[in-house]
Amino acid sequence: MITFKNYVRAESLEEAYELNQKKNNVIVGGMMWLKMMDKNFGTAIDLSGLGLDTIEEDDEYFRIGAMVTLRQLELHEAFNAYTKCAAKHSVEHIVGVQFRNTATVGGSIYGRFGFSDVLTLFLALRAKVELVGAGIVDLAEFTEMSRKDRDVLVRILVPKDTESVVYLSQRNISTDFPVLAVAVAKTPEGCCYSVGARPHYAKIVTSKEPMSAEEVVNAFSFGSNTRASREYRKKVCEVLVKRAGEML
Amino acid sequence: MEIKITLNGKLLTREIEADMLLIDFVRSEGCYSVKRGCETSNCGLCTVLMDGTPVLSCSVLAARANGHKIDTLEGLTAEAEEFVGFIADQGAEQCGFCNPGFVMNTIALLRENPDPTDEEIKKFLVGNLCRCSGYEGQLRGIRAFLEYRRGGNHE
Repeated sequence: MITFKNYVRAESLEEAYELNQKKNNVIVGGMMWLKMMDKNFGTAIDLSGLGLDTIEEDDEYFRIGAMVTLRQLELHEAFNAYTKCAAKHSVEHIVGVQFRNTATVGGSIYGRFGFSDVLTLFLALRAKVELVGAGIVDLAEFTEMSRKDRDVLVRILVPKDTESVVYLSQRNISTDFPVLAVAVAKTPEGCCYSVGARPHYAKIVTSKEPMSAEEVVNAFSFGSNTRASREYRKKVCEVLVKRAGEML
Repeated sequence: MEIKITLNGKLLTREIEADMLLIDFVRSEGCYSVKRGCETSNCGLCTVLMDGTPVLSCSVLAARANGHKIDTLEGLTAEAEEFVGFIADQGAEQCGFCNPGFVMNTIALLRENPDPTDEEIKKFLVGNLCRCSGYEGQLRGIRAFLEYRRGGNHE
C-alpha cells in the first residue's frame, strides 16, 4: 500500500518539476501501477490540472498529452485512422474499460514497463517524448535512460510519416498482461520491428528491407517468467511477426 | 485538505487526508454499494461514474475527484431499475457481491451505446469479474432488456 503526506494539483509544469526534484515525492499518473507499491511518499504531484488530457494534431505530429487515458487512445478517430486501428488494438485487451478510463499514456510510457503494450506500439511509431528537463528525446533513447531521473513527461509526439503499422499481442487469457507484443511499421527509414513483453521492456530494430520473421526473432533477447518460457515466446514472436508482415 | 465533491447530486465539502482513496470517501458517505473486491485494479466492483465516465474508485485519489461529479448506484437506482430485473430473471447472480459494479458499468455502456451487440457488451463489461457465474446469465439478461426496449417480448 502507498501513502502520501500531501497532495498538490500542480498549476504549472515548472511547479511539477520543482516538486518532483525531491526524491520522496512522486508524480501520480493513473495510479494503477503506483498503488501496487508498498511505499510512503511525501507529496503526490497531480498533473491533471494542466490540460494534458488531449490529443492534438498538426502537420508533423500527433501530440498526445501525458494525462490522456488509454481509453481516449482507443477511441480517438484521427489517431486510429492514422494507425489503422493499431492504437485501439494495443490497448483494448488491457483489463477493462474502467481501468483504461483511469490509466494514462504518460504513466505507461514513463514506467517503461516490461509488459507495456503502449510502449511497444509507440516505439514502432518512432515516437518522441517531451520532458521538462531533458527536452525532446527519442522514445527509443528514453527507454535506455536511467529510471531514476526526475524529469516530467509532458507529451508523446508521434511523427505522421509512418506508412502503415500493425499491432498484435498474445495473451494467455483475455485482459491479462501480454505474453508477447509485436508492432511492425513501414516508415521512410525502413521497416521498424518493436517487440515487447519478452518479458523485458520493448525494443526496436529497423531495417531498410523487410526482415524475415526468423531474423527478427534472432535480433531480440527473450526470457522466461510465470506466463511463458523463453522458447515459447520465441515461437510466438515468429508467428506474430509473420502475421504482421502479411497484414502491413 | 479540503475537497468539494458532488456525490449523487449533493455538493459535499469535506476535510480529508491527502492519500484517501475515492472508494473510502464514498463509503464514508454511506455509499456501501461500492465494494472493494481485489485491491489490484482488476475486478470492477468499485466502479463509480466520475463526470459520467466509469472509473475504478479504488485507484482514484479522493483529492483528484475534487471539483468533480461522482455517481454511485445509490444515486442511479431509477436508471438501474430499468434493466436489473431482466438480469435477475435469468438467475444470473448467486452471491450478488459483484452486482453494483456490474450495474454501474452497464449504465455507462447503455449511455454510450444504447443498442450494443453481444460483442460490444462483452468488450465493455469484461473488466467486471464475477466469481459465481460464467457471465452467460448476465449477457442473456441484458439481451432480454434490449429486446424488450426494441418492442419485443419480455420472456
